[in-house]
Amino acid sequence: MNVNQQTPMASPYGPPQPGYGQPSYAPLGGGYPGPYGPYNGPAAAYQPGAPPQGPARGPLTSAPRPVSTPQAYSQYPQGDSQNGPPPMDHSMAQPAHRSPVSQPYSQGAMNLSGPHPSYSQQYGAPPPMQQVTNQMSGMQIGSGPPTSVGPGYAHHPSTQPPISAAYSSAAPPSYTQAPPLSAAPSQPPPPSEPAASQPYYGGPPPPQQQPFPSAHHPSQPFVSSSPYLGPPSQPQAPPVSQQQSFPPGPPAQQPFPNSAPPPVSQASYSGPPPLTQHSFPPSSQSGPFPPISISPSQYPGPQPQSQPGPPPFHSGPSPRGPVPPPSMSQQQANHLPPGPMQQQQPPQPGMQGGYPTQQNGAFGQPRGPQPGYAGPQYPGQQNYGAGPAPAPAPPAQKRLDPDSIPSPQASELPAVQKSRHRIDPDAIPSPIQVIEDDRVNKSSEPFTTGVKGQAPPLVTTNFQVKDQGNASPRFIRCTAYNMPCTADMAKQSQVPLAAVIKPLAMLPPDETPPYIVDHGEGGPIRCNRCKAYMCPYMQFIEGGRRFQCGFCSCVTEVPPHYFQHLDHTGKRVDCYDRPELSQGSYEFVATVDYCKNNKLPQPPSFIFFIDVSYNAVKSGMVNIVCQELKTLLDYLPRENPEADSVVRVGFVTYNKVLHFYNVKSSLAQPQMMVVSDVSDMFLPLLDGFLVGVNDSRMVIESLLDQIPEMFADTRETETVFGPVIQAGLEALKAADCAGKLFVFHSTLPIAEAPGKLKNREDKKLVGTDKEKSLFQPQSGFYSNLSKECVAQGCCVDLFLFPNQYVDVATLGVVPVSTGGSVYKYTYFQAETDRERFLNDLRRDVQKPMGFDAVMRVRTSTGIRATDFFGSFFMSNTTDVELAGLDCDKTVTVEFRHDDKLSEDTGALMQCAVLYTSCSGQRRLRVHNMAVNCCSQLADLYRNCETDTIINFFSKYAYRSILNTPTKTVRDTMVNQCAQILACYRKNCASPSSAGQLILPECMKLLPVYLNCVLKSDVLQPGADISLDDRAYLRQLLSCMDVSESHIFFYPRLLPLVKLDGGSLPMAVRNSEERLSKGGVYLLETGLHLFLWVGANAQQELLSNIFGTPTFSQIDPNMTSLPELDNPFSQRLREIIDSFRSQRSRYMKLMVVKQEDKAELIFKHFLCEDKSTSGGASYVDFLCHMHKEIRQLLS
Amino acid sequence: MATYQEFIQQNEDRDGVRFSWNLWPSSRLEATRLVVPVSCLFTPLKERPDLPPVQYEPVLCSRANCKAVLNPLCQVDYRAKIWACNFCFQRNPFPPSYAGISDVNQPAELMPQFSTIEYIVQRGPPNPLIFLYVVDTCLEEEDLQALKESLQMSLSLLPPNALVGLITFGRMVQVHELSCEGIAKSYVFRGTKELSSKQIQEMLGLTNPSASGPQGRPAAPQDPAVTCRFLQPVHKVDMNLTDLLGELQRDPWPVPQGKRPLRSTGIALSIAVGLLEGTFPNTGARVMMFMGGPPTQGPGMVVGDELKTPIRSWHDITKDNARHLKKATKYYDALANRAAVNGHSIDIYACALDQTGLLEMKCLSNLTGGHIAMGDSFNTSLFKQTFQRVFSKDHNGEFRMAFGGTLEVSTSRELKVSGAIGPCVSLKAKGPCISENEVGVGGTTQWKICSLSPSTTLALYFEVVNQHNAPIPQGGRGAVQFVTQYQHSNTQRRIRVTTVARNWADAQSQIQHIESSFDQEASAVIMARLGVFRAESEEGPDVLRWLDRQLIRLFMFHLRRSPFLQVFNNSPDECSYYRHHFVRQDLTQSLIMIQPILYSYSFHGPPEPVLLDSGSILPDRILLMDTFFQLVIYHGETIAQWRKAGYQEQPEYENFKHLLVAPVDDAQEILQTRFPMPRYIDTEHGGSQARFLLSKVNPSQTHNNLYSWGQETGAPILTDDVSLQVFMDHLKKLAVSSAA
Repeated sequence: MNVNQQTPMASPYGPPQPGYGQPSYAPLGGGYPGPYGPYNGPAAAYQPGAPPQGPARGPLTSAPRPVSTPQAYSQYPQGDSQNGPPPMDHSMAQPAHRSPVSQPYSQGAMNLSGPHPSYSQQYGAPPPMQQVTNQMSGMQIGSGPPTSVGPGYAHHPSTQPPISAAYSSAAPPSYTQAPPLSAAPSQPPPPSEPAASQPYYGGPPPPQQQPFPSAHHPSQPFVSSSPYLGPPSQPQAPPVSQQQSFPPGPPAQQPFPNSAPPPVSQASYSGPPPLTQHSFPPSSQSGPFPPISISPSQYPGPQPQSQPGPPPFHSGPSPRGPVPPPSMSQQQANHLPPGPMQQQQPPQPGMQGGYPTQQNGAFGQPRGPQPGYAGPQYPGQQNYGAGPAPAPAPPAQKRLDPDSIPSPQASELPAVQKSRHRIDPDAIPSPIQVIEDDRVNKSSEPFTTGVKGQAPPLVTTNFQVKDQGNASPRFIRCTAYNMPCTADMAKQSQVPLAAVIKPLAMLPPDETPPYIVDHGEGGPIRCNRCKAYMCPYMQFIEGGRRFQCGFCSCVTEVPPHYFQHLDHTGKRVDCYDRPELSQGSYEFVATVDYCKNNKLPQPPSFIFFIDVSYNAVKSGMVNIVCQELKTLLDYLPRENPEADSVVRVGFVTYNKVLHFYNVKSSLAQPQMMVVSDVSDMFLPLLDGFLVGVNDSRMVIESLLDQIPEMFADTRETETVFGPVIQAGLEALKAADCAGKLFVFHSTLPIAEAPGKLKNREDKKLVGTDKEKSLFQPQSGFYSNLSKECVAQGCCVDLFLFPNQYVDVATLGVVPVSTGGSVYKYTYFQAETDRERFLNDLRRDVQKPMGFDAVMRVRTSTGIRATDFFGSFFMSNTTDVELAGLDCDKTVTVEFRHDDKLSEDTGALMQCAVLYTSCSGQRRLRVHNMAVNCCSQLADLYRNCETDTIINFFSKYAYRSILNTPTKTVRDTMVNQCAQILACYRKNCASPSSAGQLILPECMKLLPVYLNCVLKSDVLQPGADISLDDRAYLRQLLSCMDVSESHIFFYPRLLPLVKLDGGSLPMAVRNSEERLSKGGVYLLETGLHLFLWVGANAQQELLSNIFGTPTFSQIDPNMTSLPELDNPFSQRLREIIDSFRSQRSRYMKLMVVKQEDKAELIFKHFLCEDKSTSGGASYVDFLCHMHKEIRQLLS
Repeated sequence: MATYQEFIQQNEDRDGVRFSWNLWPSSRLEATRLVVPVSCLFTPLKERPDLPPVQYEPVLCSRANCKAVLNPLCQVDYRAKIWACNFCFQRNPFPPSYAGISDVNQPAELMPQFSTIEYIVQRGPPNPLIFLYVVDTCLEEEDLQALKESLQMSLSLLPPNALVGLITFGRMVQVHELSCEGIAKSYVFRGTKELSSKQIQEMLGLTNPSASGPQGRPAAPQDPAVTCRFLQPVHKVDMNLTDLLGELQRDPWPVPQGKRPLRSTGIALSIAVGLLEGTFPNTGARVMMFMGGPPTQGPGMVVGDELKTPIRSWHDITKDNARHLKKATKYYDALANRAAVNGHSIDIYACALDQTGLLEMKCLSNLTGGHIAMGDSFNTSLFKQTFQRVFSKDHNGEFRMAFGGTLEVSTSRELKVSGAIGPCVSLKAKGPCISENEVGVGGTTQWKICSLSPSTTLALYFEVVNQHNAPIPQGGRGAVQFVTQYQHSNTQRRIRVTTVARNWADAQSQIQHIESSFDQEASAVIMARLGVFRAESEEGPDVLRWLDRQLIRLFMFHLRRSPFLQVFNNSPDECSYYRHHFVRQDLTQSLIMIQPILYSYSFHGPPEPVLLDSGSILPDRILLMDTFFQLVIYHGETIAQWRKAGYQEQPEYENFKHLLVAPVDDAQEILQTRFPMPRYIDTEHGGSQARFLLSKVNPSQTHNNLYSWGQETGAPILTDDVSLQVFMDHLKKLAVSSAA
């Protein structure tokens, strides 16, 4: 694969794009500090972070520096305004910053040492100045003065050329690295790319680059200097560096193109770049340069544009602007003299300092470029934005080698530089691009599971699966398809080894559901020792008389009735006639030995518990439920669509007492039995509580008609909850069957009863060490209750309709432990939430499910399933007990080594789920999965699946917050990710500058996704998110499959431009920058659908969608689009419907008008942006990640 | 003056009072020497068709601790419009409404013939009658069906405005809500968990809604009839309830082999009591419990659900082997007291072949004035008619039942009240005339009788406190006043006042007079009650010895042999049942219980009463024995043979047919009126049921003395019991030797 090196940044930067790369890095360094602040804490954006940095830096830097730094900070804030004038000063000031930074950077410098010299030369004070100015200018964007400054800087860059040379020197290595990954050609491209990148950056970077050279150090500088200028800019910068790396990527791809895929990618990139590409092809550098050059030219223009776009980002910088002046002045005072005088000297000392500035500058530049890029420069970017697939290829290689291009850029860059203060978001790995690439490459052909160790297509790709001996990825997805052989390797890499298993997943209609196998009275054939079930991994020997277990190697006799001769290859002759010998997934019919109490199970029952307290009635819930049940009961799950469902039903209403209903078919009217003694729940009736729907239809309908009437005037506000579950449990016990309870509940159960809860919502605890207690249940009552439920096979689904705190953390315990689901409809209103609730309910009632299930995962000797995540209960360490298991429930299993694995045999796992089907048949579903084993880390990194890793990580983190302070959890995750990436960098990537961020191809999205996880409401709550919501999301995630967790963390944002044809428009990245005022976008989060309408959306578009041409006439409260008779509207509604049908929960549509209040909610899901709760932007986080990696490496 | 006999009869007819002595010894010492204390049987609501109630309030003595009612014995100064209380001698002015009073214009209460008078008073709103059915559903289908029919039938007997409620129980207890339309609603309680009255009311949603309601509205004055959904006027829910009863199913919970069904009788009762307590305190109400077996779970369980463990017997009790006895008794006792305090009575209709736990539960009825009926099955006329008779009406078309009665006794100074024995509980009212010497339920001058019927009779015991040498009290008469307040079945509050007086006599000088004033029937019953009371309430050999001593001195041969004192051959439940009725029936009935009546029918003449002796059992006679609880028709050997031969079918033997019919007709007459319905037994010589007769007669001929008495006719009784002859011989010896 693409080696993934985004490394480019460093090395590339260093040399080639010194400006860029370095700048970027520098920013990284600097930025990180800043960003970090924010990252870690909900840190108030940069500003807060910055100040701290200031001080921090202060110490680091000399006394004067501090001053400068603070100024710098201040500058940021002021940024924009100052931009105009400040540039000049800024440059001055920045240098100063740099100098302070430089010290810290010095370390970085160490790394860069090579470049340093060059830097030093290049640096000359000017670069910093320039950079600063650039940054400043970037911020200011349009301002004339800056430009002027910019140019000046640019010149510096030009002067930098030497640096570039240095870079170039650096570059080579990076390339070399690249080569290993890709073909040699790739390398060349990288340079070109870098060049290209440089161009963008180049313009600005070069100048900066020089500083950047130090920039390598920059990261350090960031630390020190970055705070101010750095932080904002730096964070951006890092990305830039990456971006740069990307550019290289493309080049690399180009090489690929040679091979195969690359072309596409190139194309994509080329989109804009075509020219550049062309250029690339010829000579990567030369090619790139041209583009670069172009870009620079463009920059001027674009910049202004970009600025508007970037504003958010700039905003950060802008503040700087103001400060800078002072700093500038000071710095100037201090440094300037020397700076200008001794560019070199300053550089050196300033190197560090300079770097920071550079970084800043770099950042600034990146930004500039972005805007600019979008257009010309980064064709790639364009690609991202609008471009088709081309981009993908490039992304493949993530190296950004700013280095190569510096020189060329340098010349042109200057102008560009001004624009850039930040890293170009388009230059960092784009999820959209990756998804698109995968879709393009893998959706055409069916995925066959026969090949061991082959990673399946991404969850976002539509593909067909052919079961050829391993379980379909719809059932099992692994984090790594090539497991390390030894525990040491696994530990070193820190890559989690886990499988995400969805045992009863629904398959698309064109795939065959698992076959049902009946081995007769003796039950399924199993290994004598480990009890693994017959599967394709069993090796038949001795002419078929015995078989050897693939898991434990034990040899077992083949029972006579199962005997079959072997063919010449040692395969049984009937191998392909028997699913258990040829398929990855199949089912056994279980015998009575597999049943509870050695008794064949009864058909399951569904019991409906309806809260009839005041709030529930008033919200309309009771009425809706009762109405719906009348029809819904005809759709109870069944296996034979022709026959009636054998599932029996029962009804209970409750407030602080429970009302059971006798709906025996012989009655003329239902009978209500009130149980007020909730302290000691019991079942008041036996006969007539659970009935067949068809037998008692009249009575049931009469009941459902009367319930809303009976309680229409209730004034009872208190409810119970524990006794409700107990009642259901007792009912199932009495009927001696498994089943599911549907509980429709509205309020915190404060009535005197077991399981009574108190309101413990205390926002003050958020962010403290005690926060975790809020996620823990209030008492052990519900845990104990859920144990009993599981023992009986009583699954609980909870539908919540709260108007205030209901303590989801506690109420959810039983559902979560019994394999049930929690649905939450806060402030439920009949008109607006009806559809969502009903669709959820319908799906929940109808979906295929198993009851009273036990799941066991067996593995080859050498690894062991050690940890499990999901909605279930475990009474020992191996058996996952699920009172209910539906088609949407997923169990994530973590594996650990307890011995060595062998490359020859690979690793096998077998997941067996014993359950009672909805028709009351006892079955065993078996999923088998074989993966490769490797002794080389590179192999591991080549066969990972980031989405699955994120699924695992998020589940792990969401569980950890139960016991660990949230901040620690976040830090741990960042740390582990950094280790994963650092390990790759150290062991798999070709040697390169430490400043270079190199990501494995398979994991290049790890940072962006991880950032999304870290920013999620659970781990980093905003002020407006309730504890209940967090607890709810936390529980929700625990049983999500990869596809759901993917969209949950990285929502899908579709521009609704042209909706012709069957294909969807290509998604855009989740950033406000990507939104056009004139457009309309659809955002899918897995839980919500947003339709964002730009303020300047075309009238025609609005007419087509809403039937009104006026923006202001759009009703933001609508929950469904009007059915208009035009193709656009039809198609849009089709799309919405298809989205909804793909998710296990109905997504309510919210129309968000730009500038509307509701837009805040919408923006919350733009996960590449900085979040209001302090979550870092993608760029910032990447910088941070880079810094972490570097720390690990050093 | 008429004979004492006539005097006594007249007194009884007018006032419902029979004293053991109709002349009272004037000093304590003499009184104690008489063995039988000065005491009386008092029937508060004795039917007096000739007594129209007056429509005004009684006039009370104004002394705070007297409050006696103006009566014919009071001295009245018509001119000053003042009357003197004959108990405390307080002089009271007549109230203004008596302004027109004079010698010739006397209010009824001053007329001698109105020694018993009834007032109708208007106090508060009329309280409806309340009937709460508590129905066991662990019955055989046939039994349940019969019971359901009886219950449905009873609805038609209730006055339309009576409130009715229904609780059913088996393994669970269900309180049915009767007001709801559409869905039949009931509150269910588990049968094993004891709940406080407050909890029950909360769970039934009976607590004031404003207390828990969100709005906190001002607590509107609660109209219990509206707020209580469980007790509704019959006319409103007649249909509903009939349907509900019709749909009543047997307890659906499976009863495994070798187990008794789980019956939550204790909880059902506690819920019934709690429900009434919360909704209609101090209002007359009748909890009618129908049970088909012993309580088997929860508090108040009498026997476990294992069939292999039989229900306790006397043997177990003596051996202290009855596990649940004490606990259950205590539980029901507490319940009974709660019900009694609130004026609610509890009836128990127990129909089962085995014991049902009446021993433990008897206090429920005993303390609250409720009925106990015992039968073999709900599907028998015994039960059906007994139950129907509960709702029998008097000549005014009103129920022969009254509720929430209190009886207050006032006495002259020379006399104090020792206590009462009957279906009552003490109200613990302090007063000047309470004797320190407690007999029965004492220490009070007021008793609560939650439910009264015209035959309900209490035994009241007095103590003469006049000192030995003190002169015969002023006026020479001692007076006792009984004031009974009760809720009439037509919802009126009424007060019946009976004032009686007897002369004092000096025991030394007038011993013959005193002797002749002795009422042996009343005394026998009174002493028997005392014996029963002690047997019930005390334990140990001391009681038995005391009884023997007392009884022998009283020459009460048959009482000694009665099931009231003799537990042999009777289950604990039966004893409880018999005793229950004994302590509440009037004198006549009580006498029958003590000494069954035996009539002999023959061709020799009209039916004649014969000695309750084995000698009366002759082959050519038909005997009719009435023991109160049983009616036995016994055909002598010859008669039985004739009957078997079918002579009565032949026209020429029509006289034989008449002979056969005669006792049956007489028995029917008895059956018509008696409550509870006696067990009607038609048997013959050698029949197994003949044991009912044989066990009662005096065993003058036994296998021991069969030949020594020669070949006299009669039937030998196989028993070791002493015969009256032996008893008398023994008695004579004793009388001589003790010279007491």
